[in-house]
Amino acid sequence: MIHDNTSFRTDTSVSIRDLSLSFGAVTVLENLNLDIHDGEFLVLLGSSGCGKSTLLNCIAGLLEPTEGQIFIKDRNVTWEEPKDRGIGMVFQSYALYPQMTVEKNLSFGLRVAGVPREEIDKRVARTAGILQIEPLLKRKPAELSGGQRQRVAIGRALVRDVDVFLFDEPLSNLDAKLRAELRVEIKRLHQALKNTMIYVTHDQIEALTLADRIAIMKSGVIQQLDDPITIYNRPNNLFVAGFIGSPSMNFLSGELAEEGGRIVFKTGETRFSLDGYGHAQPLTPGRKVILGLRPEHIKVDHDVAGGEVHEAVVDIEEPMGADNLLWLKYAGQTMSVRIGGERRYKPGSTVKLGCDMTMASVFDAETEERL
Amino acid sequence: MDKSPILTVVQPAAVDRLRAGPQGKRPRPAISGRNVMLYGALGLAALYYLLPLYVMVVTSLKGMPEIRLGNIFSPPMEITFEPWVKAWAEACTGLNCDGLSRGFWNSVKIMVPSVILSIAIASVNGYALANWRFKGADLFFTILIVGAFIPYQVMIYPLVIVLRELGIYGTLSGLILVHSIFGMPILTLLFRNYFVSLPEELFKAARIDGAGFWQIYFRIMLPMSLPIFVVAMILQVTGIWNDFLFGVVFTRPENYPMTVQLNNIVNSVQGVKEYNVNMAATLLSGAVPLIVYFVSGRLFVRGIAAGAVKG
Repeated sequence: MIHDNTSFRTDTSVSIRDLSLSFGAVTVLENLNLDIHDGEFLVLLGSSGCGKSTLLNCIAGLLEPTEGQIFIKDRNVTWEEPKDRGIGMVFQSYALYPQMTVEKNLSFGLRVAGVPREEIDKRVARTAGILQIEPLLKRKPAELSGGQRQRVAIGRALVRDVDVFLFDEPLSNLDAKLRAELRVEIKRLHQALKNTMIYVTHDQIEALTLADRIAIMKSGVIQQLDDPITIYNRPNNLFVAGFIGSPSMNFLSGELAEEGGRIVFKTGETRFSLDGYGHAQPLTPGRKVILGLRPEHIKVDHDVAGGEVHEAVVDIEEPMGADNLLWLKYAGQTMSVRIGGERRYKPGSTVKLGCDMTMASVFDAETEERL
Repeated sequence: MDKSPILTVVQPAAVDRLRAGPQGKRPRPAISGRNVMLYGALGLAALYYLLPLYVMVVTSLKGMPEIRLGNIFSPPMEITFEPWVKAWAEACTGLNCDGLSRGFWNSVKIMVPSVILSIAIASVNGYALANWRFKGADLFFTILIVGAFIPYQVMIYPLVIVLRELGIYGTLSGLILVHSIFGMPILTLLFRNYFVSLPEELFKAARIDGAGFWQIYFRIMLPMSLPIFVVAMILQVTGIWNDFLFGVVFTRPENYPMTVQLNNIVNSVQGVKEYNVNMAATLLSGAVPLIVYFVSGRLFVRGIAAGAVKG
């Protein structure tokens, strides 16, 4: 089939067109479209089984799509072998060749491709320099720590001078401290190299910290594709709102009502004024909705700056050092509120609440879409 | 250095701990009911298996007059290696009187190519089935496994005809072919299960690095698979060396393997039964698998543990 690529933006690095993949009767990806810009750091985020790794494997050429096309650098690579796609991939389990030294691991791809000896040495030395693994070159993977192994795995992609880096949960096998360190290193690497990077993870912190844009996936469908701040503050639907953020967003179910010429959110006997909420769809009274409020967007006691004031009872307090998480009983529902770590409350005490409606989210109770 | 302050600190603490009751490792008596049962049973089992071997070795070192005394457990009064020499170089089977040596070399000529051929093909089979999922792979694998359960006897006559048509009936190459084919199902299963147990991401990484079917096999998979190759080799060496049925059916007397020749020596009806020669001949025939076990036993266990027996 001859494809029409006149409509492509010139700065598109990876482009996925109507991609579907099914294993027998099980459909993993369905009609997926995604454009990734040149030099962009895109994170595919979702819980396990959402199809994010499958999508990455399709881009890498390790899985054959059932339908659709994949373009890399405006070239249709749908039928190309992985090695001809200009990609490098880093795996969760590092996947270093156990019988080869670090140096041989780095150079394997180049040796297979028949690159001249001097060129290989030059590139291996450069890569080792960038990743600071020169002292490890003569060692076998078994003699390396987890962090060092992952660094070598990144080096194996780096050494091949590829256009696109694919990361498949690269930090999931590391402990929390190393994960945080390598996360910063990957970000630094991206800033230095300015390559396109596609990064699969189920860790929202990795997604929020690394990404230029995040694609949140569920059941093989992209739920929202936006920059981290937009995803966090203006989630498209209830799933995205609940998935991103820890502790997660508070959800209160109720309905919209008109009182005194203003639209309010009503749950039981409680009312929240929706003044200041930037709605995308008309807020019609009587509609069943869910109000979403992030724990840090609810103000407590002396932080409440006028406006509506509600009262709630402290159920449980979870001090975390830098901040303090209060679990409140309010209008028959549970809410969490994040306050400064130095402010402490006893269970059972009463607090005043004020909500910042400009940061709130309202979802239709049936479609679960943002209003 | 002055140690007295340390002592005064340690001693009361130790006394306190004794008073506090059980602490640390529980003392166990060297001879307990449990140990007697355990080592007794192990010893009995070992004796049960070693006794026949002992009788064979002892008998093979005795002369015929001593054997006629009938004390089969008593050690030889006069050690003689003559039965061994006779078994190896002089015993008669039919018209030939050059002992087992002819059969030994025949067996080597059958075994070495069969082992190499069957392992080479089966390992590539297993690798392809594990990593390069092709259409109909599962069906192919099922057919191959079913092959392992069909009794050999059913296939003998058809095989004779096939070999006759190919013009290699009665030759060593015919027998080598038969051995290689019959080793295929179990060896393929063995290799497939081993390669499936290796991390799939290694294979993916090698593909991204641009390695093809054979490059991945030789440069990635093969160096990681020494244990399973040793297991396969032991299985094949023992199986082919000990084979009797195919040896009788598919070769002519001048090509008989060692097992068939051993049978002919031991069962020859002419003259006196030379037990010492028979024992020596049997030990000689069993030597090759025994040596293979001793040399590669540790690797064998490692290979079995490394996923060889996992479904």
